[in-house]
Amino acid sequence: MNARLVMAAGLAAALAVPYLVRSDFWLGFLITVLLFAVMGMAWNILGGYAGQFSFGHAAFFGTGAYAAAVLHIGFGLNPWLGLAVAALAGGLVALVIGYLSFRYGLRGSYFALITLAFAEVLRILANWAEFTGGGVGLYVPLKVGIANLQFSGKTGYYYVALGFAVLSLAVGWALEHSRLGAQLMAIRENEDAAQALGVDTFACKLKAIALSGALTGIGGGFYTHYYLYIDPGIAYGPGVSVEILLVPIIGGLGTVFGPLLGSAVLHGAGELARRLMGDAPGLNLIFYGVLLIVMVRFMPEGLMGLVWRLRRRWRRVADA
Amino acid sequence: MLDPIILLPAAINGLTMGAVYALVALGLTLIYGVLHIINFAHGSLLMVGLYGAFFLHRAGLDPYLALVVMVPALFFTGYALQWSVIGKASHGSDQNILLVTLGASIVIENLALYFFSADTRTIDTPYSFEMIDLGVALVPLPRVIAFAAALVLAAVLWFLIARTDLGRAIRAVAKERQGARLVGIDVDHIFAMSFGIGTACLGAAACLLLPMFYVSPHVGHVFVLVAFTVVVLGGMGSFSGALIGGLLIGVTESLGGLLLGESLGQMGIFLIFIATLMFRPSGLFGSRLS
Repeated sequence: MNARLVMAAGLAAALAVPYLVRSDFWLGFLITVLLFAVMGMAWNILGGYAGQFSFGHAAFFGTGAYAAAVLHIGFGLNPWLGLAVAALAGGLVALVIGYLSFRYGLRGSYFALITLAFAEVLRILANWAEFTGGGVGLYVPLKVGIANLQFSGKTGYYYVALGFAVLSLAVGWALEHSRLGAQLMAIRENEDAAQALGVDTFACKLKAIALSGALTGIGGGFYTHYYLYIDPGIAYGPGVSVEILLVPIIGGLGTVFGPLLGSAVLHGAGELARRLMGDAPGLNLIFYGVLLIVMVRFMPEGLMGLVWRLRRRWRRVADA
Repeated sequence: MLDPIILLPAAINGLTMGAVYALVALGLTLIYGVLHIINFAHGSLLMVGLYGAFFLHRAGLDPYLALVVMVPALFFTGYALQWSVIGKASHGSDQNILLVTLGASIVIENLALYFFSADTRTIDTPYSFEMIDLGVALVPLPRVIAFAAALVLAAVLWFLIARTDLGRAIRAVAKERQGARLVGIDVDHIFAMSFGIGTACLGAAACLLLPMFYVSPHVGHVFVLVAFTVVVLGGMGSFSGALIGGLLIGVTESLGGLLLGESLGQMGIFLIFIATLMFRPSGLFGSRLS
């Protein structure tokens, strides 16, 4: 009951934010946090619950971004439908990559490396192909209107991002309480044992990567319509893969609220670094890297692990 | 287009570039192949070596003489990195090592970006553009030297691992960590030594590479996936495999670039990587040292 109350209050506060926060800068900051919370959840489904670490989520992000951009610019597809197509495209690419990797039994570091290689192949293809605009990239024409997924201020984008973030939390919650979720966790803990107990590990991992790819694809599609620009380096570069995987690792792997928390802390810390030390190139990334090492070293359970520990202690104090 | 007059020089150029890939991959095959440390920071450490050689050159030291400084310097860097950061933070899990070395590479790369800016720098040596006539093709002198050095380095590493006490300890740790500890081998020290030696190879690679290449904070990206490809293709932990794998990749890239154009040619490397992982994860030769 208590948890539900907290969640309702959190949602109400999130809905009220645009009326309280008048600064475009901070709304933009929150949009980034929400966008990466969505994609962090996507990574979390595959990496956190199923234990398959991907270093190439850019493959899904970029495919979603390009699907949205190409179909809108070239064929006039409605951007809202474009987001659905982006999800489909991301999921499809994930299925193909997942099929090829899991079919041949790639695990652990091999899986991480092959996903990275697939993202690189897609980056080179996007650089070369005509319909992606090559290295120049694609510009989405400016035409403000709600049907066109373009808003004059940041508020509209904020609500769209919030919607997807809530969706991602719902997906995470549903997964955690589903049969598939339990099977994925079994695979994470001991894949051979799970298989021996009759879990179809191949099918489960495929479902996980498809779901993850679809959710990341939505993120890519939203990115295109928010920034109105995409190029191969942004779409398929290693930068976005890294940023996506940092989010759940900092927040807490295999938890529902980890990605949201991780995204807020990661981007908050990056912003803080910029404020303290000036806007030098690479500075926030130095911060991200240090944060990653420190988290793995001292807090392998992520910030959610810390939250739980604090809550347990608080309960014990309250009981006494 | 398929005329041997064009193909042959391209293949020879590919071979010499492949020697550079082999140089970079030799260190990785020790770290990744033998000890299964998935070192994502390999490319960034090469970048550190390149900057080191670059600033030594600016101070008046020839890159080939800088070998004497850079090899020990990178050995200690690698030793310290494994001892103080990677080993401690990994808690013995492969996935954590993956993340920690990824974090280390992000930090190293962006520190370089912060201090040295994104400028691409090259050095000027009297021999940078000197050509050696091999009959069918003209090859720049630094590439010929790198080719010879790759052979020497592979032989040295093989000797080190196969014939010395240190090498025996490294192989023991790779095979059976607990058993090695029980017979009195300091496992953490051996891990750090292996990492240090692997990184020292990068010091050598950097000095040999600088006269014919450039240095920028992101230069490691060019090499990191290529190096993993070479290691997997050649068979993990096999030095001769890394050598042959490197040459193969160099030729593939060169011929791929010739046939498919510069931008698509690079894809050949990644496709080889993906295909190797899928169909022959033990590598072409599959000979394992450990």
